[in-house]
Amino acid sequence: METIAETAWPDQSDNRAAVHPHIALRGLSKVYPMADGDVVALDHVDLTIEKGDIYGIIGMSGAGKSTLIRCLNRLDTPSRGQVLVDGQDVLRMNASQLRATRRRMAMIFQQFNLLSQKTVARNVRYPLEIAGVPRKQADARVQELLALVGLSDKAAAYPSQLSGGQKQRVAIARALASNPEMLLCDEATSALDPLTTQSILALLQQINLTLGITVVLITHEMTVIRQICNKVAILDGGKLAEQGTVDEVFRHTKSQAGRRLFGVLPSETEAQPEKPALRIVFDGQAAEQPIISQVSRETGVDVNILSANIHPLGGKAYGQMIIARPTDAQAYTRLTHALAQYNLTIEEVNPQ
Amino acid sequence: MSFDKLWPLLAQGAADTLYMTLWSAFFAYLVGLPLGVLLVITRKGHILPAPAFNALLGGVINFLRSIPFIILLAMLFPVTRAVMGRAIGTRAIIFPLIISAFPYVARMVEGSLDEIDHGILEAAQAMGSTNLQIIFKVLLPEAVPSLINGAAISVTTILAYSAMASAAGGGGLGALAITKGYQQQNLDILYASSMALVLLVQLITVSGTRLTKWVDHRKK
Repeated sequence: METIAETAWPDQSDNRAAVHPHIALRGLSKVYPMADGDVVALDHVDLTIEKGDIYGIIGMSGAGKSTLIRCLNRLDTPSRGQVLVDGQDVLRMNASQLRATRRRMAMIFQQFNLLSQKTVARNVRYPLEIAGVPRKQADARVQELLALVGLSDKAAAYPSQLSGGQKQRVAIARALASNPEMLLCDEATSALDPLTTQSILALLQQINLTLGITVVLITHEMTVIRQICNKVAILDGGKLAEQGTVDEVFRHTKSQAGRRLFGVLPSETEAQPEKPALRIVFDGQAAEQPIISQVSRETGVDVNILSANIHPLGGKAYGQMIIARPTDAQAYTRLTHALAQYNLTIEEVNPQ
Repeated sequence: MSFDKLWPLLAQGAADTLYMTLWSAFFAYLVGLPLGVLLVITRKGHILPAPAFNALLGGVINFLRSIPFIILLAMLFPVTRAVMGRAIGTRAIIFPLIISAFPYVARMVEGSLDEIDHGILEAAQAMGSTNLQIIFKVLLPEAVPSLINGAAISVTTILAYSAMASAAGGGGLGALAITKGYQQQNLDILYASSMALVLLVQLITVSGTRLTKWVDHRKK
């Protein structure tokens, strides 16, 4: 009996995966009716996430990314469209089907959302308790999960005694307790410092690789996408501006929102320089070439770099650099001509 | 009056006061706690939204809370007689005390449950919890420190109401102060029983605060 069940199961799941994408959004819209007109948070979003992806959804604040991820497990109810998990529409499920789906689709949050009155071990045990797993078995699993996230020594601590990074590790252990196939991360690293962010991202990547869990994350930080995602979607004003593999989207970003996120276009919050300056835009130039240093040497003009935001990707450079505008007219001409030879775009930036 | 004669009166009074207060508080929580839970979870945006029911329940509770205890006591005489066997006396007054206290308790519980961060409830929902699991494993346990603090306040409020028991032939420290102390102009008894009431309220408040701190794991 058992052998049949064991051999039959993988076949079935393979078939299912072959026919349907793991998670698919079809024409997803969310409208919040307000007194002074409707607010459109999501506007006909179509998105496909495959098994094993680490799918990043990025956008400025207010782009609708939080609404989008909350629609996946129906914490928010979309106004129109479909959320398909292995071909099943989450929006048409009854309460018990929804609960079963939610157990396959764990979630972690920016604010961790741990139970403050329960110890770390009891927090991690919660999903097992509600699923009716016997106590002994549950406790053993809790040990295993705490070891996985490196917090075995904190089992008896309360969340208030932990750092932000440790809290998120507990939340991850709790999310994994029910053996989910998918993990939704709602700005999971936004409340953490850069170093802790790195360690949490590394843990998410490890979980994806070793347990084969599909990760969907939303973020406003390009570094998060670059570090662990294989696919990315850019949301802008509730619309999907771009989607594809991270390599493709980074190399051939077409949308305004994408170019702004990659720093190819000036961000809306960019500080104005105090003196006249030049913006040099790197749009896929070879990263290994020391362009600025070469130009400076060739022209004999000292380059004063005011700020730089360059992302290397696949041996190419994306982003921009702001340099002081040379006051000498000759030096200015020589410099701009030399830069133009490397196919760099140069724009004047003047104080307002 | 000598201490020898005063002491038994005070001891009996304190025993009667605690008897009325604690039984009333117990039954008031038996009714008020579930109502407080309902007041919170049936709100818009909570786990079991039912705005019409919520408005109705809130209205009934406000109505009951707005009737002064001494009037409620008189209005309830026939009902009290039917439920408790008689309308007056220390035991009988527990019934009007319950009726007066449960709406208050419901609002106290509502306030405590309201403090729970919505994110924690969403996390519980995202983990596939049923509503009952959320109530018993998340909402109530997370609110325990605040519920205990609220209970201490509710009990002292009920204790204050119980001092009006003399109006319905009940006993306790309040009745002692009014009948033997004030009406018979025995100032020793008036002040001694009042002091005893103050001490009881202090005791309940301090133990409530201590217990709240002890069970609270939110801050280190």
